[in-house]
Amino acid sequence: MFEISSSSIEEYKSKSFVTPECGGVVTFEGRVRNHNEGQTVESLEYEAYSGLALKEGEKILEQVREKFDILDAFCVHRVGHLQIGDLAVWIIATSKHRREAFRACEFIIDEVKKTVPIWKKEHYADKSIDSKWVFCTEEHHH
Amino acid sequence: MKINIKYFAALREQANKSEEIIDTTYSTPGDIYTELKSKYNFSLNVDELKVAVNDCYEDFDYELKEMDTIVFIPPVAGG
Repeated sequence: MFEISSSSIEEYKSKSFVTPECGGVVTFEGRVRNHNEGQTVESLEYEAYSGLALKEGEKILEQVREKFDILDAFCVHRVGHLQIGDLAVWIIATSKHRREAFRACEFIIDEVKKTVPIWKKEHYADKSIDSKWVFCTEEHHH
Repeated sequence: MKINIKYFAALREQANKSEEIIDTTYSTPGDIYTELKSKYNFSLNVDELKVAVNDCYEDFDYELKEMDTIVFIPPVAGG
């Protein structure tokens, strides 16, 4: 399942996805970092086009189930104004053997960055620099 | 033809609104973006965008119908 949340997603970390046949559990936490491309970042604003983001997110989770031998996969993405250290995205993949869960988890975060309509605006410590919407150009054209 | 447009991120800020209904003589997202780009002075060129119609990715030459909802999608940056 893919979710978007406008409040803290820390509590998802205590949700149990573990079943008796599960031998490997891999989680990924994406957190707000205090720097980007040489600038000190003070905070990040995330915005999502939910109607499409949820559909694209579910598509990624369907793909990951087809590609890898996993038991379960889940991803939640935060929106709103986040501070340094805040959890922006949380992913879990479970499998019988560890390798598939590692691969699945990495696949999900890579694809989320490419296809899910979520944007982020960086606010900088240096107030002479305007806040800006950032993106990775080469990932948008694939 | 009336078309519903939703704006996000940089386009929302430049249009200074998150949604509007426009009355247009154009029938494709590509032509409508050109019209809106000159109206709002959007900084993004059409080749930097993707477009969704009624919550599905479509091509810029998609034939629109009355009251379709279009979203022009700037380069994404989740994660």
